[in-house]
Order: sequence, then C-alpha cells, then structure tokens
Amino acid sequence: MSATRRITYREAVREALREALLRDPRVFLMGEDVGRYGGAYACSSGLLAEFGEERIRDTPLSESAFVGAGIGAAIGGMRPIVEVMTINFSLLALDQIVNNAATLRHMSGGQIAVPVVIRMATGAGRQLAAQHSHSLECWYAHVPGIRAVAPATIADARGMLWTALQEPNPVVIFEHATLYSDEGEVPAGGEFAVDIDRAAIRRAGADLSLITYGGSLKKALAAAETLAGERIDCEVIDLRTLRPLDEETLLASVRRTHRALIVDEGWRSGSLAGEIAARIAEQAFFDLDAPVRRVCSAEVPIPYPRHLEEAATPQVDTIVAAARGLMRR
Amino acid sequence: MPALGADMEAGTLVEWLKRPGERIARGDPVAVVETQKGAIEIESFQPGVLAEIRVDVGRRVPVGEVLALIRGEDEAAAPARAAARPMAPPALPGVRISPAARRLAEAEGIDVAALHPGADGNIGLAEVEAARAARPFAPAPTARTPAERGLDLVAMRQAIAAAMARSQREIPHYFVGSTLELSTLLAWLEHVNAARPPAARLLYLVPLLKAMARALAAVPELNGHFVDGRFVRAEAVHIGVAVALRGGGLIAPAIHGVDRLDLDALMAKLDDLVLRVRGGRLRGSELADPTITVSNLGERTADALLPVIYPPQVAIVGCGQIAPRPWAVDGALAVRPAMTITVAGDHRVSDGRSAARFLARVGELLQAPEAL
Repeated sequence: MSATRRITYREAVREALREALLRDPRVFLMGEDVGRYGGAYACSSGLLAEFGEERIRDTPLSESAFVGAGIGAAIGGMRPIVEVMTINFSLLALDQIVNNAATLRHMSGGQIAVPVVIRMATGAGRQLAAQHSHSLECWYAHVPGIRAVAPATIADARGMLWTALQEPNPVVIFEHATLYSDEGEVPAGGEFAVDIDRAAIRRAGADLSLITYGGSLKKALAAAETLAGERIDCEVIDLRTLRPLDEETLLASVRRTHRALIVDEGWRSGSLAGEIAARIAEQAFFDLDAPVRRVCSAEVPIPYPRHLEEAATPQVDTIVAAARGLMRR
Repeated sequence: MPALGADMEAGTLVEWLKRPGERIARGDPVAVVETQKGAIEIESFQPGVLAEIRVDVGRRVPVGEVLALIRGEDEAAAPARAAARPMAPPALPGVRISPAARRLAEAEGIDVAALHPGADGNIGLAEVEAARAARPFAPAPTARTPAERGLDLVAMRQAIAAAMARSQREIPHYFVGSTLELSTLLAWLEHVNAARPPAARLLYLVPLLKAMARALAAVPELNGHFVDGRFVRAEAVHIGVAVALRGGGLIAPAIHGVDRLDLDALMAKLDDLVLRVRGGRLRGSELADPTITVSNLGERTADALLPVIYPPQVAIVGCGQIAPRPWAVDGALAVRPAMTITVAGDHRVSDGRSAARFLARVGELLQAPEAL
C-alpha cells in the first residue's frame, strides 16, 4: 500500500469538495452559510475565495427552495452538491427529494437523470438538542430511487463524494456531526475515490457480527476492543451504504459468527437496525445461535443535557453489555 | 423425566401408555421408561387430560426434562397444534435451542434432548459442539424396541454394584439384632387365614411390615434420607421391599404409606408389587422414594443377614427365616418359632440404641397382631 497522511474528517470533506470543483466544471456547492461563513461545520471554509460566488453559493434559509434548485440544476446538466445544515432541517426538503429527485428518472422512463448530491450532518453527541440531533437516515434509506451513504471513516469522507457525483441518481451523504474533528488516514496522493456499494469489515472476528454505520462505528470498534479483552472476538461491519444494503457482506459475516448485534443511532421502532434484523432473520435464520440484538437510541427526542444525551444514544458500555448478553455471559 | 433412583441421569422412553386427549387420574401410569433398573412405569401426580406428548418413543431423555403436558381439569384446551413435525426434534419446553445448534445437532446426529443447557438455560452451538467433541468414535447405540424391553440384568448388576460400593464407602454401618419369638403371631395368622380362601390369605411378612412401619414412629431417625451432608427425616413410611429376581439380582421398590394401610390392603399391594417386579414393570415412584428397606430372606433359607443400606436411605432391616428354636419359657426350655431380625443403621444419623428401641417395639407390636 502506498503512503498515507493524517487529516481530519472536516479536512477530508473539504479536500473532496475542492477536488470535485477542480475536476468537473459542472460541480458547484450551495447551502446555508457554505460561502462567507465557511459552512456550519467549516467544511467549505476557504472555498468561496478560491472558486467564487458562481460555484460556492450561499442560500436563503429555505431548504425546500435550495434543494429544489439543486435538483433542477442536476436535471439541467449540472453536478450540484447541496449542503443541508442538519438532517432535522432536511425534512423541509423531503418533498423535493422524495417526490422529485427520487422519482423523475422512473417517471420519465429514464429520460431524466437527477445527478444531485445532497450532504447533511446527522446525529447526536454535540449537545444541540432535539431539533438538531436526530438520526433520520433510515427515512431516506426507505426510498427507492435514492442512494444513501454514510462515510464513517476519514478515507470514506474523502473518497465517497467523487463517486457519488458520477452516479446518475440522487445520492444523499450523511456526515455524523461528531466525526468532523476526528483524524484518520487517507492516501498521500493519487486516486481517493472509493466505491459506494459495499459494506466494509473494519475488524475481522469470529464470535459476533457488530453491524453499524456512521457515528456509531467508532463506538462499536471501541466496544470490540473491550470485548477482545474478555475473549469475545467481534467482527465489526461498517455498512457505508444504507441504500441499497450490501446484504451479501452482512449475511456472510453472520453465517460465520452466528450472532448479530446491530448498533444504530436511529430510534429502534422502524429503524434501519430493524430492517437489517429482518433480513438476517429471513435469510440467515438457521445460522443463528442467538436472537439478533439491537442497540438503538431511546425513543425520546434527543435530550440537551450531556448525561441524558449520552443515556439516550448508543454508547460503548451499552454495546459491550449487549454483546455479552449475546454471548450468554 | 423423574429421577428413578439417586444415581439416575437419563432414561429412555419406551412406551406411551396414554394418548393425547386421554383422561388421567392421579397415580395412573402414563409412560414406560427404561432405566438401569429395568422398565419403569411413570405415574402422573396430577389428574387431567394428556394434552401433549413431548418425547417420542425411543429417545433418551435427561432427568428433569418434560415428557408430556397434562392439562388440569379446569384449564382451557390449548389451541390445536400441527400434528407432524417430522424433521426437527420436538422443542423442549423451558430449554430453547438456537437454530444453528439445532441444525448442527441434526447434521451430526446428536440428540439435543440429552444435552445439558448452558448457564442461560438454552442450548446453543457451544453445547452441541461440546457434545460432538465428547462423543466416542463408536456409533451411537440405538434405542431398544419395546419388544426387547425388560430387566437388563447386566445393567442391574452394575446399578447394585454402584449403590452398594457407595454405601460401603460412605456409610458407617452399625448392626443390632434381636431374635423375636413369633408363636402368637403365627397362631393369629393361622386363625385368620383359616377362614379365608387361599388367594386372600395373609403372609407373615404383612403384619411384620406393618409392625415395623408403626415402630418407626418411635424412632424417626431410621426413616428418611441422608442428603447433602445431613439427615432429612421422612414424614411418610415408604418401605422398600427387597424382591429377588429369578434371573439373579434384586430390586427393592416401595410400598407407600405402610403405616396407614390395613393388613388386607398391604397384602394386596405386596402381591401386586411382586407380580410387577417379576414382570419387569415398576412405577417410578416405587423405585425413587423408599424411606427404609426391608430384606426378608423367607422360608427355608438362612437364619440371619447383615444387610447393607441402600443410599441415600439410613437404615435397612434384615429378616432371617422363621424356624423352630429352643426357647426359655418360664424357666423351662420349649420349642418356639422365632426369627432373627437385624437392623443396619447409618451411624452418621443414629446410634445402636435407636435400632434396639425399634426392635423392642416391633417385638411388642407383634405380640398383639390383631391390633395391627
């Protein structure tokens, strides 16, 4: 493997944006405060100075309008990258995304492509209270016509954007808000693009499949580390793509380990974790040595106080406890 | 699957005597199970209707496993179940088997019913894999058909060997004996039996057992079990009656509540018991719970025996033959029928004095057999 360098998730997103802007003149970025302010999470700082107002566009506070504009631009031949400040706010644009972006290719018999990329921050952990902290990824993963991806590593934050821009259909990228300051390895140079089809085994193990995505990956890996000290050998799977799900990787892992624990920051009821559990039950039932388990968020609006926010969302100790239970310990 | 003896770990179900839907009275034999001690009938402790059979004929089942469900008289009928489940072994209530474990067990021919569940009460891959690893390389023995059923004398000898070796290893025996003059008893028996048809006549063993059962009320330390390092006194008197078998070996099933049976009822029980022992068919409770054992050598045998306690019981009574003996009566020598009775006691629980009191009381009671 070639040399690597260490950067933050935020820097990885910024590099990816910059690369896209440089490589493809049809690419432009728009969203609330992406220009002069440099983005709510500072992912686009410096880009306005480098690329100008034509390509780095601050928008009014109207998600429906600017996401709709992005969809229109994509239909018109551009490759827009639309940033929505949080997944909570994206609900205002849900009509545009679900009723227009996701459907037009099908409704036009393939005549109209909608190659828009919509990025949004998601998740809890920064004490931003209920209106800025939810994990609604599964709402998008529910909708045919959309590809939904969740870069959980620095390399994926760096590499998924370019691949998403090559997709003729809308792609929604979920960036967990607790990841932006995390550091990790990316290739020193050359090609950064990564696939957006397959789940990744982040840690190989024999006893238990820990299936997760996004901001919960690092918690799952930390839990796996603790469990290794108890001689419980976890395989940690990063879904990466939430729609379509990479069933093959998931089921192969569960067939090896015979046990599945799904960690999902979404609420349990109607969650992506529920979908994965159902697929395991449907297709790997006879391989299971224990009931499938889930660690999800408590069914409350995410609280503001830190201790309650932590109590409401998956944590390393709750994952560890669930894994022990699965191992009948 | 009840424990039909202290050492029993599993039994093979060889026959169902009731069918689902059939009515069951308390004490009815429901199934026949083969153990080291032969084919044992398992009785129901409860009246009701046989709701569901959970164990197929031919399967070896660990003690404690549910064999069947009995629906009480006042319970509603359960919804009908699909009758046939030909592929998978039947689910065991209480013990759950993971799908992966069940599949591996099927592939390996491992009987999940014989597995001990894990700490959580379930059977998982770990338990099946352990069973596979522990399995000898010989093919598994096939269950015997009901036609081959009966007492396995080799297995019985092994069971006796194990019990007696344990007894001699663990129980410090003491022995106390008395010779009882029985002319009053025999005269009374002759009188009673003279008026009866042969089938209704009493054997001398009957008043003897009854006298012993009543005497135990004065010496409860001889009646019970030594379990987990301490004596547990039995409230009821279930006397195990040692019965020799024609092919060799012996077995000592219990007659329950001897102290509360009148002599005719006791005679009927004794007859029935001997018949069923020789037919190789006993009930589980008869084997499981004697609280004391009586070994009677019978007529034209020997004068005395020093019996060995059957653990976890704490006493055994050995009766020699009744024979005419020289006997001192009013300072002169007479000839009287007499029997030497020896009590072996567990010295951890009682002392020789207890056995002496017991023998004296038996002797007293036998002087007034009409009051038994």
